[in-house]
Amino acid sequence: MNKKAFQIIVDNTPGVLSRISGLFTRRGYNIESITAGETADPRFTRITIVASGDDETLEQIEKQIGKLTDVRDIRELKTDESVFRELAMIKVRAGAKDKTNLISIANVFRGNIIDVGPESLMIEITGSSSKIDAFLHLLDGYEILELARTGVAGLFRGIDKVVYPANLLGK
Amino acid sequence: MNGAQAMVKCLEAEGVERLYGYSGAAICPFYDALLSSKITPVLVRQEQNAAHMASGYARMKGRAGVCVVTSGPGATNLITGIATAFADSIPLVCITGQVVSSMIGSDVFQEADITGAVESFVKYSYLVRDAQDLPRIMKEAFYIAESGRRGPVLIDVPTDVMACEIKKYVYPDKVQMRTYKPTVEGNGAQIAKVIRELEKAERPIMCVGGGVALSGAIDEIRAFVRKYQIPVVSTMMGIGAMPSGDNLYFGMVGNNGRPYANRAVGESDLLLVVGARVADRAVNRPDLITENKVLIHIDVDPAEIGKNVGPTIPLVGDIRHVFRQIDKSEIHMKDHAAWINTLCEYRLRTQEVRAKAGKAYVDVRAFLETLSLRMDKNAVFVCDVGQNQIWSTHYFKVSEKGRFMTSGGMGTMGYAIPAAFGASQARPDRQTIALCGDGGFQMSMCELGTIAQYGGDIGIVILRNNTLGMVMETIHSLYDSRATMVDLGKDTPDYKKIAEAYGMGYEMLDGKGDMEQALYSFLHADGARILEVSVDPRDRV
Repeated sequence: MNKKAFQIIVDNTPGVLSRISGLFTRRGYNIESITAGETADPRFTRITIVASGDDETLEQIEKQIGKLTDVRDIRELKTDESVFRELAMIKVRAGAKDKTNLISIANVFRGNIIDVGPESLMIEITGSSSKIDAFLHLLDGYEILELARTGVAGLFRGIDKVVYPANLLGK
Repeated sequence: MNGAQAMVKCLEAEGVERLYGYSGAAICPFYDALLSSKITPVLVRQEQNAAHMASGYARMKGRAGVCVVTSGPGATNLITGIATAFADSIPLVCITGQVVSSMIGSDVFQEADITGAVESFVKYSYLVRDAQDLPRIMKEAFYIAESGRRGPVLIDVPTDVMACEIKKYVYPDKVQMRTYKPTVEGNGAQIAKVIRELEKAERPIMCVGGGVALSGAIDEIRAFVRKYQIPVVSTMMGIGAMPSGDNLYFGMVGNNGRPYANRAVGESDLLLVVGARVADRAVNRPDLITENKVLIHIDVDPAEIGKNVGPTIPLVGDIRHVFRQIDKSEIHMKDHAAWINTLCEYRLRTQEVRAKAGKAYVDVRAFLETLSLRMDKNAVFVCDVGQNQIWSTHYFKVSEKGRFMTSGGMGTMGYAIPAAFGASQARPDRQTIALCGDGGFQMSMCELGTIAQYGGDIGIVILRNNTLGMVMETIHSLYDSRATMVDLGKDTPDYKKIAEAYGMGYEMLDGKGDMEQALYSFLHADGARILEVSVDPRDRV
């Protein structure tokens, strides 16, 4: 099984996210993560999907999504040309002594402490999915009370592959 | 044992005796396995009607109806039937064959994403990936369909899953679902509040819906309102919860309802909504209904409560259970005699709309009234959708032990004939009559083949006016009477010849005929038969 990330620019129409996720269910594709948010131009939404499957399936995924009426543009975010980020919020049970340790681990990973309670600590950490996995691995000895991961968002490096809204409107 | 054989075993374990369906390549393994079972399959003529037959069957059996069809077009044809059952909360278990698992998503022959397509019309659906899950899924499907607010559940089974060997077949005793736990018993504190309000009420009224029959609470409700002298109105789905001739019954509410029923609701100081949705056709302005009264809403589905109107007291639970709980307390009601007298007066003062029919035609109001009075006391009556439905709600008298069924929420034309056939198979001991217009009849007349083949014993009344009458009424009121798309043609079909073609009995009644005589021979004949009734196309509900 291979993994690929896709950047999809879609018209900001009602139900667009459900059309895309529905396509994955219908055709039996595997979705690893999906994130969506408005672009700088509110007419469009950027969706980042990480999908898994064999090469033929991944090629089909790109073609089938590209065929959807609401989809303006789809391209693969190749690892060597792109930057990926994911955000995780981790609530850990922590007494006074645990807090000191946790804060120093978080510092190493450039995480932020965003909430402190008498018995808990909330850490925000941003990075590639593997960085977040590594950080969670370090918390093995602690009790994670709650974990929220946003899923992966990605962009191409540089300006060569920028998708300009003006160019999309012609399609 | 393979997956298909396990599915049959599961159906047997659920006590299924009969199912409705249509075969095809993707469902062949199932029907092959069914050969060695006592379950009787009924081969319909179009899949939609398999769902309607299962619906009629379920409503008379009080258990989920089962329909089994093939993949692709077989499955998509089922959709209208599923949506119809969903709108009226009828329990169905619908099984569809699916293409081989590895091909799903590649648009092979007769592939349709049926779980995706029915998403908004089912309580739940399954696409079975692993044959080992089949017993659990079948158990859950029946449980979900038959518990809480009833409804259809769909199970989509790829052919390779049906062919797969089951390592260990065990049909579970119990359902273990963390996410689905319907409330059956009413909350004690809420019941106490309901009783307090009932004791304060001077002008109480109960509005019953389809939930009463679905939860098997007709006896409980009648006993309650008779004991405490509470007048009753109903929604369309609630017709028959009270006998039409009961002193305490004041007819159907809503746009198509009785003016005195609506007035009764308007002037009450306590409205007890029981197993009804407070839907748009029943209540014109739901937001205004609570202005001058206490509203108690009792329903098994918490999402219905407060959806259209905010109740003063919500009470979640199965109607039968809730009223058995309420019955445990002695309630000291005020005297409602004066209030009931007022409502009786409203009813008496209402001028009945009487025949507008020309001499050549049958007076449809008198006809329906006479039909209902001449039918067996425990007969089952299924009306279709259109003018025939609205007339039936007004003029058909449901007797103490009679049943009245129709497609209420979805208003699916063509429901009556297959549903009546299903009902008659569930209760062959009861007389079953379907009533439809000539539009609805032609939507499901292919099922005359099924009825003839399986020796169906139902009477079909066709109100013939060569017109889509209900649409014509909309055109009259909103489109300046510019008739379009409502004319069914004058001379075709010849219903007598159709009856002959299927070996069915046939009678014709027009304005010159003897109604009593025609009804006598129609109602006393055996086997499937048709009574064609000539109705004035200008008549309105």
